Amino acid sequence: MTPQEVNSNGSTSRFFISVAPHIRDRVSIPQIMFTVNGALVPALIGGIVFFGMRAAWLILVSILAAVATEWAIQKWRKVPITINDGSAILTGLLLAFNLPAGVPIWIPILGSMFAITIGKQVFGGLGFNPMNPALLGRAFLMASYPVHMTKDWLNPFWWTQGSYNFFSWGIRQIGSSQLVDSVTGATPLEIFKTARKVLLDTNADPDKVLHATENMTSVLGSYKALIFGNVGGCIGETSAVLLLLGAVFLLYRRIIGWKIPFFYLGTLALLAWVFAGTDGLFSGDPLFHILAGGVVLGAFFMATDLVTTPITYQGQIIFGVGCGVITLIIRLVGGYPEGCSYSILLMNMVTPLIDRYTIPKKFGLKPVKIQEITA
Amino acid sequence: MAKKTFPGGAHPPEHKDLTERHEVVVLPPPSHVVIPLLQHTGAAAKPIVEKGQEVLVGQVLGEPTGYISVPCHASISGKMVAIEPMPHPFGHLVDSVIIESDGQDKWVEGIGKDYPVDNLFPDKIINRIRDGGLAGMGGAAFPTHVKLNPPKEKPIDTAILNGAECEPFLTSDHRLMLENTEDIIRGFQLIIKVLGAKRGFIGIEANKPDAAQKIAEAVKGNSNIKVFLLHVKYPQGSEKQLIWALTKREVPSGGLPMDVGCVVQNVATAKAVWDAVARKKPLIDRVVTVTGPGIRQPGNFRVRIGAPFSQLIDAAGGMVNGGKVIMGGPMMGLAQPSLDLPVIKGTSGIVVLDHNSSKIPEPKPCILCGRCVDVCPMRLVPTRIATFVEYNLLKQATQLGVLDCMECGSCTYVCPSNRNLVHWIKFGKLSILEARKKTMETA
Repeated sequence: MTPQEVNSNGSTSRFFISVAPHIRDRVSIPQIMFTVNGALVPALIGGIVFFGMRAAWLILVSILAAVATEWAIQKWRKVPITINDGSAILTGLLLAFNLPAGVPIWIPILGSMFAITIGKQVFGGLGFNPMNPALLGRAFLMASYPVHMTKDWLNPFWWTQGSYNFFSWGIRQIGSSQLVDSVTGATPLEIFKTARKVLLDTNADPDKVLHATENMTSVLGSYKALIFGNVGGCIGETSAVLLLLGAVFLLYRRIIGWKIPFFYLGTLALLAWVFAGTDGLFSGDPLFHILAGGVVLGAFFMATDLVTTPITYQGQIIFGVGCGVITLIIRLVGGYPEGCSYSILLMNMVTPLIDRYTIPKKFGLKPVKIQEITA
Repeated sequence: MAKKTFPGGAHPPEHKDLTERHEVVVLPPPSHVVIPLLQHTGAAAKPIVEKGQEVLVGQVLGEPTGYISVPCHASISGKMVAIEPMPHPFGHLVDSVIIESDGQDKWVEGIGKDYPVDNLFPDKIINRIRDGGLAGMGGAAFPTHVKLNPPKEKPIDTAILNGAECEPFLTSDHRLMLENTEDIIRGFQLIIKVLGAKRGFIGIEANKPDAAQKIAEAVKGNSNIKVFLLHVKYPQGSEKQLIWALTKREVPSGGLPMDVGCVVQNVATAKAVWDAVARKKPLIDRVVTVTGPGIRQPGNFRVRIGAPFSQLIDAAGGMVNGGKVIMGGPMMGLAQPSLDLPVIKGTSGIVVLDHNSSKIPEPKPCILCGRCVDVCPMRLVPTRIATFVEYNLLKQATQLGVLDCMECGSCTYVCPSNRNLVHWIKFGKLSILEARKKTMETA
């Protein structure tokens, strides 16, 4: 396949010989990966503004750990080092985006190492991983360190409170692994889940119901905060507007397709409207369910991961719908307030199956209408 | 005018600006020509001239053998010095007639005069087309008379003239449409008449608005001929895709355009049809675009069939840092090892890439991005088919439609991992067809 200088009629020729096509599109793997990294920069800046330098350090450490792990494994396996292609950076970045801003520094290190090792390199590297490495890393952390992963939420602009400043690091109570009360708070989806449970419980204490109603009203009315991102949540997931900025860029550059995000968010909104309310069917708030939690990040940046999502047109639609359904099921009846990352992981696992059963009908199978052809 | 197109396809950079404004320059007859007896799809012609014989321009050198075969003609006058196997642009040795010029350019009596065509019967027209040695000039080089004479049970209602010229760099059809508009339309009218079609469609890519306008003006008054603009997209000029764009008919898998009542002819072929029928001029020259980053002065040239590529390269000012010489366009053309190879009937262009752009990047693993699936005009899954072929799983590759691939190369063009997808697919097709041939022989 590689071009070689061949000889014609015995003499050495100076021309390259190869089979067509002789020109190739300039798009390459590094270009795709760095474009996605670049599209995440607005949300990265937003995350640092909301959660302080602490978030920046976590992101940096996460990326470094991912790149170092990839380098070490490839060195050990004596295969080409591919840390320059930007995919390990993306894994590290996305993992950090999916962490609460209050986690200890070793959490992203461990998560990135797991993501690259078990999520990617054991399968043979980029292109062979069945699941999104960053999300697998997050799932590993959720299973292994659930307290940190579900309790270390920082409030946006926590660093403006009390004696803290933008560069503050230590946020734990003395002698305890818990965060100081003044910097932490529940995420919108946690508030939603707790309140909804009370409101749906017919035997609930009236005081509790009153409190839950208040909470529900305030969290559902917080669109502005959800859009701009000054709410509790993971480092990179809170600001819908900054994420959409990057997503539009990726859509415009055709790095990602519109089908998966559209059907993911569309399904989620539809189902949320039908099932997520507290006054029976069709009383849910679809916009809240799209803006809260991590689905904007998930739908545009992780459910569109090239390697782990279907390659066929129909397959991508099924994938998006599946993610939407699973996300809402977890949010409403599952054990966690947020189901975005597990929904994508679950759909990643069925992607080969989806691809297998959605092979497009090839050109030339449509029956010809003979009666149309009359000479 | 609403632009028509097909689903899928890629957008390689066009680079047509290099030559689209360069008028066709007629080159003098070269000092010698090498005329392969096989320049078309089908059986090779049988030589009827002898070594040492003097030949005139337009004289028959080889007679067709069988139905799917066409004659070859002398393209210069002079002495026939040899018939021997010579390197052919398709990459193997083909028996070829070598003629040394006498410098006189003497033509066979009667060629080039105007003959009345209005009262010719279709079979007479087809005979003249066959005698003219016509084979499709878009590249596939299928004998034209066969295409224009479909079996009775396949009625043709639509004749399509292909002016898409979707390959990057090439402008020979574009120039022909501008400079020989009348001949093309008259040729197309003959094609419609021969086929008994009730309508004629002309498809031109939107990057040639001047040609489309000129053609549209020329067909005014012909209520049965319609001109359509096509989206600039590769492979818009592929027969099946062009038919779909213009008529929304899908040529069946494994079938031919005539199965959906269509016949597609290239604009250059239409001009050659007019020359062959109304002027009794056989196909002895053609327009070739000589272009690319490795060419000093790109241009369009009318050159004799059998002339060495070097005559064209010299006429275009020579090469600069030439790294790869392609006969045809960069998407489907054939890389050539030498400039001694002859221009044949299907040579629409010579594209010379410079040394840097000649190298093919190293393939990397598939990242399952699905771009090849998006662009495949035949709606196949190239990455999967290529992988099956790579692991010699030909049965699975066949199930996924490897034989439906028309080898346009769009998948390989867009692949961010630079995988050699169409290469594996071509290899798979060859392997499958060889295996079938073997079982046929043993059975």
